[in-house]
Amino acid sequence: MADDLTKLTIAEARSGLQSGAFSSVELTDAHIAAGEANRALNVYVTETPEIARNAAKTADDRRTDGRVAGAMDGIPIAMKDLFCTEGVQTTASSHILEGFKPTYESTVGGNLKAAGAVMLGKSNMDEFAMGSATITSYFGDTINPWQAASGPDAGKDLVPGGSSGGSAAAVAARIALGATGTDTGGSIRQPASFTGIVGMKPTYGRCSRWGIVAFASSLDQAGPMTRTVRDSAIMLGAMAGHDPKDSTSAPVETPDFESAVGESIKGLRVGIPEEYTAEGMPDEITRLWEQGAAWLKDQGAEIVDVTLPHTKYALPTYYIVAPAEASANLARYDGVRYGFRAHGETLDEMYMNTRGEGFGTEVQRRVLIGAYVLSAGYYDAYYVKAQKVRSRIAEDFRKAFEDVDVLLTPTAPSPAFAIGAEMSPVEMYLNDVFTVPASLAGLPGISVPAGLSASGLPLGLQMIAKPFDELTLFRAAAALEEAAGFELPAFDPRGA
Amino acid sequence: MALDADTVRKIAFLARIRVDDDRLEPLAKELDGILGWIEQLGEVDTDGVEPMTSVADLTLPRRADAVTDGNDPEKVLANAPDPVEAFYTVPKVVE
Repeated sequence: MADDLTKLTIAEARSGLQSGAFSSVELTDAHIAAGEANRALNVYVTETPEIARNAAKTADDRRTDGRVAGAMDGIPIAMKDLFCTEGVQTTASSHILEGFKPTYESTVGGNLKAAGAVMLGKSNMDEFAMGSATITSYFGDTINPWQAASGPDAGKDLVPGGSSGGSAAAVAARIALGATGTDTGGSIRQPASFTGIVGMKPTYGRCSRWGIVAFASSLDQAGPMTRTVRDSAIMLGAMAGHDPKDSTSAPVETPDFESAVGESIKGLRVGIPEEYTAEGMPDEITRLWEQGAAWLKDQGAEIVDVTLPHTKYALPTYYIVAPAEASANLARYDGVRYGFRAHGETLDEMYMNTRGEGFGTEVQRRVLIGAYVLSAGYYDAYYVKAQKVRSRIAEDFRKAFEDVDVLLTPTAPSPAFAIGAEMSPVEMYLNDVFTVPASLAGLPGISVPAGLSASGLPLGLQMIAKPFDELTLFRAAAALEEAAGFELPAFDPRGA
Repeated sequence: MALDADTVRKIAFLARIRVDDDRLEPLAKELDGILGWIEQLGEVDTDGVEPMTSVADLTLPRRADAVTDGNDPEKVLANAPDPVEAFYTVPKVVE
């Protein structure tokens, strides 16, 4: 029974709770047990079983009284450790925030709570969301539950992608029914592709950023990580909504996203951008992409070739804009108001020691790049230039969407790779080559598991839609999911 | 353009991050590699293009100029590393 409860989707769990087939306490205990049986995956920075059991009990009592809080009532989820949680340590997987217990809840976390969601724990991630493999966390690497069946990585521990790698691994390993993620340049979609789950980044402005530890404010968006498209739509509905506390939160209604799942895609115009190929990308990814287009065509969609000519400049643009914003956002970690403080004789020495010891290597690298491109003499050459190229990239998408409703692309240029694989910083950045362009333009995107590599690892396909057209995105993604018929295997527990 | 160890020392101070001397040279190489890769943006014609500062096609909202929160020193100081009474503390700044 307990094992069966972790195999449910959110939609199925919702029905079971409604019919009284099981309680939220039973559902939650099954997931707590699954987490304990899989400690070696290191999906959590902080586990919160007591909070989870209390919330589950409250949800059950409420249901007994004939009341339901919302769409996620009694559903156990993982919360990325980037969301501030009242009274629960929030680290952004950084030493500099170790021990930080916010006195407030993020708006998205508060929305999920109000909808009845049960928080199982705070999931591991790349430090300050900077990374594509969940190997820059101060609290250790997260391990992908998938293993390669053949090839050079067979038998090795693989990365779950990043930065939302703990959330992705928790959902794939059936430790949580869903999880929150955040996506700045691909941090929801790329780990979803690496772990065989659905990862959705909504339009910039759809979810409030208030109470989420800031990385790059013009790019950061929260979104759901789930095992199905329907679950994604259910969970986004519980996360989204206008928030006066975030001035970039869009004053728009939250539609019934779930209603789009299962709608026909007859006549839908699907764009295939010719520029979405990368050097060294395996043929199997190109073939899966072609297969994805064929599946949509079989269901009545029209496949249209489109061009996004500035695609190759998206990644270098991102690596100016994001570090520049990060260097400003991370200035707040000064050892004075919260978090870690190192000793120093003078104020400057205290700042420098605190940040030198408190930030990991990749965070330091990006803060330094950011400080450099914003410094006197380089601001126009780097930062303003990047902002102008960003306009060009956004313009490419606007033009393409005059002709098509959605775009179909690969999510990532490779399947999951081994922990410890030798890579330069730029090689690591290339993981996000297909996800960064939509981030720069603020567009909604989703990764749907679509097939397996020759080595037996999951591969995702990405769909991108117009701003605030998540309904079309979910409709198209559900059609793709249906045709792909991807099945997440049952993984053996990975105990400590 | 080559980024050297002296420049790294300067930006590390701007960013208030202590970098040990033996790390300056390797870090300069790494950052120079990243910036070298970024140089390709020079190929893009951006004459007459407005810099994009936000994706949100909105004018910033306004609200009434009223106090909406505050007056909660205990919460504000709850996570301070070394508070004294209702104050944050720092190493001595003025002799």
